Amino acid sequence: MPRVNPIDTDYFKDERKSADFTVIGKTVQRSDALGHVTGRTEFFEDRSFPDLAHVKIHRSAHHHARIDSVDCSEALRVPGVLRVITHADVPSNWYVVLRLIGIEPNDEPVLAEDRVLYKGEPIVAVVADSEAAALEGARRVKVTYTELPAVLDVEEALAEGAPVIKQAGTNYFVYEGHHARRLRFGDVEQGFAQADHVFEWRYSSAPIEHAPTETTGCIVVPQSSGRLLIHSNTQAAFFTLDNTALILDRPFTDLQVKGGTVGGGFGGKVDVMVEPLACIAAMLTNRPVKFVYTREEEMQVSSPRAAERIYIKDGVMNDGRIVARKVMLYVDAGAYSRHSPYGTTKACAHLPGPYTIPNVYADCHCVYTNRTPSSAMRGFGVTIADFALESQMDRLARALDIDPLQFRLINAYRDGDMKAHRKVAEGTALIEVIQRAAALVGHELPDEFRVLSSSTPREA
Amino acid sequence: MTLLYGRGYASVNYPTGMNLGGDPSQALIHATTMGGFVVSLSSVDLGQGLKTVVAQCAAETLGMPMENIIIDTADTDTGPHCMGTFASRGTHRVGNAVIMAAREARDVMLQVAGDELEVDAGDLETDGTGFVRLKGSPETKIHISDVALAAHFKQGRTISGRGIFLKERNYPVPETGEMDPDSCQAHACSVAEVEVDDETGVVTVLSLHNAYEIGRALNPAMATQQVEGGAWMGVSHAVFESTEPYYPASRDHGPIDFNEYLMPGPGEIPVQTSVILERPASNGPFGAKGIGEMTANAPIPAIANAIFDACGVRLTTMPFTPESILRGLDALRA
Repeated sequence: MPRVNPIDTDYFKDERKSADFTVIGKTVQRSDALGHVTGRTEFFEDRSFPDLAHVKIHRSAHHHARIDSVDCSEALRVPGVLRVITHADVPSNWYVVLRLIGIEPNDEPVLAEDRVLYKGEPIVAVVADSEAAALEGARRVKVTYTELPAVLDVEEALAEGAPVIKQAGTNYFVYEGHHARRLRFGDVEQGFAQADHVFEWRYSSAPIEHAPTETTGCIVVPQSSGRLLIHSNTQAAFFTLDNTALILDRPFTDLQVKGGTVGGGFGGKVDVMVEPLACIAAMLTNRPVKFVYTREEEMQVSSPRAAERIYIKDGVMNDGRIVARKVMLYVDAGAYSRHSPYGTTKACAHLPGPYTIPNVYADCHCVYTNRTPSSAMRGFGVTIADFALESQMDRLARALDIDPLQFRLINAYRDGDMKAHRKVAEGTALIEVIQRAAALVGHELPDEFRVLSSSTPREA
Repeated sequence: MTLLYGRGYASVNYPTGMNLGGDPSQALIHATTMGGFVVSLSSVDLGQGLKTVVAQCAAETLGMPMENIIIDTADTDTGPHCMGTFASRGTHRVGNAVIMAAREARDVMLQVAGDELEVDAGDLETDGTGFVRLKGSPETKIHISDVALAAHFKQGRTISGRGIFLKERNYPVPETGEMDPDSCQAHACSVAEVEVDDETGVVTVLSLHNAYEIGRALNPAMATQQVEGGAWMGVSHAVFESTEPYYPASRDHGPIDFNEYLMPGPGEIPVQTSVILERPASNGPFGAKGIGEMTANAPIPAIANAIFDACGVRLTTMPFTPESILRGLDALRA
């Protein structure tokens, strides 16, 4: 069925006019569509290699515990088991993926050493001839623990007297000396004082899985040159290569990553979870090695979208102007940093939403708890914030008895407005998408709102 | 039992790219003997269509047909560096790098063609058919296969180009949060219509109406697929998904497969209507902004607001489960 052309050319006519293209702006068939529907697309797991070995993991049974002993002797007796890998076999065991852009400290071990910080944390990797033998080997690893008090709530983690779970000494990521990524613009207290009304509400979310059809995985093949060829479904080939080389403590030129066909990413395949251990297993056994998450691992052990808790306090005028917004935002990073310090900064840059508010104050906390580490996921830092911000906008509009779209149009940012992170807005179009959405559903806007435009400066 | 109808709104923006670590991607292009153009990248196409849109960028810039473009990507030995596919950066960063590489290759292509035609390269043009022509004299032309053969075997030149897009690293000011993290912002407003069953607490999302401003829709059908596919994820986030159903009180009862981890099936997909506006970004490839991530965002609060409109229950915790609806209805009746 032919689709109606989705582009409405009535908007931004002056800025669109140079559009004299031959293939840009045309619907060209997706290049991989035929392969996908005929089954010819080659995913990393479609490759087969003689003597392929498999990696499975023995994982922590506790949220937070000291490891007293690890006994691999029974695992090694399982027929088909080739090796066990512990932290002692990992050349550079402590890492944080964002060290590539200078984020510190290295807060996560590839394999746990003397303690575990979340249920499911990897402790021992077992390499075997078959998946079944690797699973049985992993099952037979014996770990004894002394349980430690666990912190499972972001605000409890920050409370005085909470057990400190991180070696760095705080249950939060430190942003250049601050306990949170700060946003300070105008004078928010003065804004509340001048407001006709002040409202404060709380929002929260639970962790969410990327749920890719294809779970995270790789096959590492030792090459005759001595290099390692990594067939991976990573979302970022060099990011994976660089992090893996650092963990292996090998020259970057020793590794080659081949990928590019991904059965669903959504941010779940940028954490570099499988390649380092698969490389170590390949080096130790001199065999091709496959390490791929089971569905259970993908859902309970791989990083989810962070749960967040967000408090928004707004000062509003009777005419609908928001004059002050204060946001306290908590990202549940789980046990380790991964990409969460970055996502929390992204959340901060997104506040106070696409609206021009003269007084804004935010503390965006990246908080550690004894949970599966969260990390990147489609829109991280923004998706949950948008749920909170736009629920807040609906409640404010209702409280002021103003039409919800008119309320947004009153506050919508425009070209030339200064954002709270002190970047001048340009190329804005919030007003126009609101107007167009209103038209789509027959939501009538008064003329004074229909003539608004993003490129018309706000009246002082 | 009553089915309660409600409508909710949400308007959002979303940044293209995130450059707090520097945010580069590179592209290399070279012509084969018969005038194919191989675009070498290490970028990953997640299935969203990156390979297709950057091929369009190469074809448009070179002035050659799509059939002449070969995308060779995601091999760190053969492709130049790319930061990765995330932060709604692929189309913007890789597209820009490909355009820069294609411009350089096009310059050589026109010089080779000019020498073959014995005219000034500056007087030549392309029209996307595979020919290089003399402006104002359409019969003076040469096909790209002859241009490439001449470059390889007669003139001894490589028709090739190098491209990179880099937005330099920016460091947030710790005291104030002043920063320059992104390249541009895309915009969206979604309207959700829902039905709430006041006996079971089940929310059915009936429809989503979406208006997006995305700079330039390089491939309108694929842009619409991103809008509507992302909205599916938004619906799923809103009313179905969590790996920890009792967060934060307990980590128990975490789903381990798709029998327990629910998402919308064909019967739960809302009807969608989507309109795209274009306000070209000055730094985007042909004005395009990134919309990969944002399309899941607006539906969630739009659904929350529609639920309130339908039944008066304000849900402030995701996901919006039937249990939370029923508890909210009970509280209203108390």
